[in-house]
Amino acid sequence: MAYDSFSVLKSSAVPMPIENVDTDQIIPARFLKATERKGFGDNLFRDWRYDKNDQPKQDFVLNNPTYSGKILVGGKNFGSGSSREHAAWAIYDYGFRCVVSSFFADIFRGNAINVGILPVQVSPEFLHEIFTAIEKDSKTELVVDLPAQTITISATGASESFAINGYKKHNLLNGFDDIDYLQAMKSEIADFASKR
Amino acid sequence: MSNSPTTLFDKVWDSHVVRKIEDGPDVFFIDRHFIHEVTSPVAFLGLEERGIGVMYPERTFATADHNTPTINQHLPVEDPLSANQLQQLATNSAKYGISHWGLGDPKNGIVHVVGPENGITLPGFTIVCGDSHTSTHGAFGAIAFGIGTSEVEMVLSSQCIMQPKPKKMCINVNGQLGKGVTPKDVALYIISKLSTSGATGYFVEYAGDVFENMSMEGRMTVCNLSIEMGARGGMIAPDQTTFDYIQGRPLAPKGADWDTQLAYWKTLKTDEGASFDEEINFAAADIEPMITYGTNPGMGMGISKHIPKASNVEGGVATYAKSLDYMGFSEDDSMIGKQVDYVFIGSCTNGRIEDFRAFASIVKGRKKADHVTAWVVPGSHIVEAQIKEEGILDILTEAGFVLRQPGCSACLAMNDDKIPAGKYAVSTSNRNFEGRQGPGSRTLLASPLVAAAAAITGVVTDPRQFL
Repeated sequence: MAYDSFSVLKSSAVPMPIENVDTDQIIPARFLKATERKGFGDNLFRDWRYDKNDQPKQDFVLNNPTYSGKILVGGKNFGSGSSREHAAWAIYDYGFRCVVSSFFADIFRGNAINVGILPVQVSPEFLHEIFTAIEKDSKTELVVDLPAQTITISATGASESFAINGYKKHNLLNGFDDIDYLQAMKSEIADFASKR
Repeated sequence: MSNSPTTLFDKVWDSHVVRKIEDGPDVFFIDRHFIHEVTSPVAFLGLEERGIGVMYPERTFATADHNTPTINQHLPVEDPLSANQLQQLATNSAKYGISHWGLGDPKNGIVHVVGPENGITLPGFTIVCGDSHTSTHGAFGAIAFGIGTSEVEMVLSSQCIMQPKPKKMCINVNGQLGKGVTPKDVALYIISKLSTSGATGYFVEYAGDVFENMSMEGRMTVCNLSIEMGARGGMIAPDQTTFDYIQGRPLAPKGADWDTQLAYWKTLKTDEGASFDEEINFAAADIEPMITYGTNPGMGMGISKHIPKASNVEGGVATYAKSLDYMGFSEDDSMIGKQVDYVFIGSCTNGRIEDFRAFASIVKGRKKADHVTAWVVPGSHIVEAQIKEEGILDILTEAGFVLRQPGCSACLAMNDDKIPAGKYAVSTSNRNFEGRQGPGSRTLLASPLVAAAAAITGVVTDPRQFL
């Protein structure tokens, strides 16, 4: 599935200082019934975002006009639980291109990169700095520089580097995906399979 | 291959690497691929948009389980969205030549129950599915884990995915398990000690005499829950228990092929002296029947204990308070005696015959509490048939329980089996996340024995008093 390439993202951010945000919260199971990959953003964080009468909950951050941006900043162990890629689709469809946390669950991290969302893992200390900066100024700008592998808080200049393997970085920078790569090596795969 | 001591995990992983990408993931070959109706439609759509096909349809197996009703399966599925997903699974499977066990098929059931019971899951295999509880199949000494839909499309189109090799962890549990302590309790205990992210980045091997003495059903329960501590998967070295379970299953190797495979399977164990990135030891004697009190599977404790104080819990105090508030519990509460409104026995975690035997051992000769709604859901039609053959159905009926039809059911509540908002459910499933079993539902994860004791008394009860 094609996605927009990612290079340098400058944006304000939405803070969600909650730990262990699981994919059931990101997109509850009852919204997994679509057979096409679109419209999931409407139900992103559905049960935290809306009450049982489908009215927006005013105390939830996505309903607070003070905060907006293309970067979601979450607490430790973001994306745990179910492997549903719909969680990554919902985040992307809502308009986020980057999720920052001090720790990501494995499957979510992989799914995010596969759909064009950059997961940026920072130290717990730097995560705290980001939350503090947003608390001070809700419009504070973060700069996520994929080529340089750095994330910077513009107002303070505080910066930290993040890890990503060279292969995935190349894919994100160019909007390539794994299927393109695998299709190009099918004869090698067939050889391997024939020996099994 | 080198002669240095090697782990079980390395043996299986390394033999499936088609290509190593420098500063990137491994191109990893997949032996068996399971698909279901919820996470596959977009993958098939992707194939069509790219104009590519399925490379090895004989290596993929489809079953309908996630959104299926657990009553009146002979009638058309009422929810149009679910019906559409089921239809697409059937259509896509037929189009690409994939075997499909749809609703009503005698082989139908939860993907992680039907794979093993039909002999599709074998030692030394790599197995994936768009479902995080694919880790279940590690019980056979396979590397098995959940994947996203993009990866489902990769496996369909090239039989490979791109995976960085995880680190290795060994979890040893030795000694004698106490009365009323089941494989579910062993797993919930380990998760409570490691937390939901304690094994993230790792693939786990479970070792020690507790697992050696465990049935295949029990090993599947343990491996199933590996994902709940963040691990990519968990595995147990195959042994005679494994081989006995597999032999004679419909799709298991036969004749000379069996002998060849068996010889290979016997090499699948961690060599003496092989090293892990992390090794953790637990004593069986420290484990009692477990129950969860919070909103992730790491928030569990021995059923006789009190809910920990926030100051004694690692991590964010605010997150902990939010969790207890959702559950309507307070620090230092005892769980014993808490009201129970619903009981669910089933799921890929505890939906096998051994689980229903355990449940029946307590409800036999007793009556379900009047105010408790109980959903008893077998993992497959084969399990359902066993329940009937062994006389368990009679015990259940006598005690006031109704046996439903197979499916994932209230574990993730995609069908009509939803726990109402604010109600408490003792559930043998795998996740107690907010709203997991229905919007506003409150889940207490536990073993089939704890579920049975709760169903009889209507409150959280230590099952050991019935044993």
